[in-house]
Amino acid sequence: MQHVSAVREPLVTGGKTLHDVTQDICYQVEAKPNLRWMAALSVALFFLGVFFYSVYRTVWYGIGEWGLNKTVNWAWDITNFVWWVGIGHAGTLISAVLLLFRQKWRSSINRAAEAMTIFAVICAAMFPVLHMGRPWLAFYVFPLQNTLGSLWANFNSPLLWDVFAISTYFTVSLVFWYIGLIPDFASIRDRAKGPIAKFSYSMLSFGWKGSAKAWSRYETVSLILAGVSTPLVLSVHTIVSMDFATSVVPGWHTTIFPPYFVAGAIFSGFAMVLTLMLITRVVFRLEDYITLEHIALMNKIMMVTGSIVGVAYITEFFIAWYSQVEFEQYAFINRATGPYWWAYASMMTCNVITPQLVWFRRVRYSIPLTFALSIVVNIGMWFERFVIIVTSLHRDYLPSSWAMFSPTIIDIGLYVGTLGLFFTLFLLFAKFFPVINMAEVKTILKYTVDNGPTYNPSKAHHAPVQTSTPGVPASAPVTYNQHD
Amino acid sequence: MTKRFALGIFEDEDVLLHAVENVRAAGVKIHDVFSPYPVHGIDDALGIERSRLPIAAFFFGMTGLAFALWMQIYMLGFDWPMIIGGKPHISLPAFVPVAFELTVFFTCHGMAITFFTITGLYPRFKVPVMDVRATDDKFVMAIELDETSSQFPRLTQLLRENGASEVNQKEMTNN
Repeated sequence: MQHVSAVREPLVTGGKTLHDVTQDICYQVEAKPNLRWMAALSVALFFLGVFFYSVYRTVWYGIGEWGLNKTVNWAWDITNFVWWVGIGHAGTLISAVLLLFRQKWRSSINRAAEAMTIFAVICAAMFPVLHMGRPWLAFYVFPLQNTLGSLWANFNSPLLWDVFAISTYFTVSLVFWYIGLIPDFASIRDRAKGPIAKFSYSMLSFGWKGSAKAWSRYETVSLILAGVSTPLVLSVHTIVSMDFATSVVPGWHTTIFPPYFVAGAIFSGFAMVLTLMLITRVVFRLEDYITLEHIALMNKIMMVTGSIVGVAYITEFFIAWYSQVEFEQYAFINRATGPYWWAYASMMTCNVITPQLVWFRRVRYSIPLTFALSIVVNIGMWFERFVIIVTSLHRDYLPSSWAMFSPTIIDIGLYVGTLGLFFTLFLLFAKFFPVINMAEVKTILKYTVDNGPTYNPSKAHHAPVQTSTPGVPASAPVTYNQHD
Repeated sequence: MTKRFALGIFEDEDVLLHAVENVRAAGVKIHDVFSPYPVHGIDDALGIERSRLPIAAFFFGMTGLAFALWMQIYMLGFDWPMIIGGKPHISLPAFVPVAFELTVFFTCHGMAITFFTITGLYPRFKVPVMDVRATDDKFVMAIELDETSSQFPRLTQLLRENGASEVNQKEMTNN
């Protein structure tokens, strides 16, 4: 028996019954693909083509196709890698950390956020693998015997820790996601009409029947996986930050990096979750499940992590001054006022100033503003990585080797191409997999459903407005006497 | 082998919970309960023991940790010692990240494999289900019947009295 305070906002609006949930969420899977989806998929496939072309050029002609030079020998590739891995972190935060904290609102968004994690990690992995130059020898990163070509791997190297962190993160996220999908595949299987759908979802559902014993184990396993994923997600970006922090490059060699990178990862990840959710809820008509409350809550997390990132930027500057190390100080002054000042300014504006707008209730409940904000944050976080990586490298100890970095068309193609890869995967997921965890939404339904009318964007919202902020819809008070 | 089941269909989890208690109190053995989502409290009502999976998780984790430490110490300390950055061959602090990652890796995959094995989950062509609505919005209580289904009328009455919206009979092969 769960008790929910009567002043809590309902998590699902529109007076949904259990059957409505199945109906609404399976609808997309069962219906013929709609025109908007096909249009979006063709755009994504075009950029996937750009990706394959850029990969072909990189592999066939070598890393020389990129804009790297001997001073700036790490640029867009590692920027994109860190950016994508960071985006993935929000998915695990929602699926694991919020599960442990019993934040029930995560139920409507965890499936899609976890899918985002998996696809983002796939995109991220492309960059280090391609930067190897000979990706068919990528297995050299694993500790393999001498006879396979090299000595044992060097376990003192953070780059090797990264191999273990990213592969663990990817496989654990995948397994966690799949276990959550099994009961929902069973729901689709039991509704499926056509033989192909019946067969595919029978295979995918692993013979799930929803028996009491299976559910009991399912919950235990989910809790344990959440328990191990929580430190895992923190460790992954910590290790990514150590790729930089364990070096002796001024601007990288700072102990603040692990927490700063983790906060930044969750920050950018929530921005991407918001971007995706705001589109998904409209395209698949899921406004009753992903409500304005969800958007506001995600906005708040984005603001908190964004503020942590802002504090980290300032702390870095302070420590550079306080350290009295000339090179450290120069690295930071060069970041802010050197030739890459515009990248630094974009980073500061997008990541420190814009998230503070979320303090306004009107902003965090506004769909267009949230959407714009989420895009701005993603751009800002890309610039953050670019600033950290390129500005720390481009002016090293020897002024004669100072250089600037300019990306080639292949650099740009690879970045835009991974966006194509990401959206192709996400759109396929959204069409063929249930985008909302039906079983989990059903568990919270009885206690949080609002009996008001279905969400209708043309009307402000239903029934009496509780809070008096003008222009901000709030939900009606809910009668909870049904379950007492 | 064909078995017969009486299926009590319930609309609500709380009604189901009371029904499970009453049916068991009446001395009837419940074969299984199927629900679209985990019903909290049903383990106690059905007398399902607390899962020992967390213990398994601990041992999987320990295996991963031990393997990771052994691997790193053996490879860099004994099999092919190399001086890297003037550090000792066995520099334990540097081995912590990989040890942690492999602990998580082994726990997660060990748990997933154990869960799939003991619950009997694997990809299959066809899934025989008691009632297709059990994965949608109904709660299904299955009670095994004997060859002649002689108890069926009595069970129907018992389930009806406890709030079942319908009671059906179902034959299952190899279930």
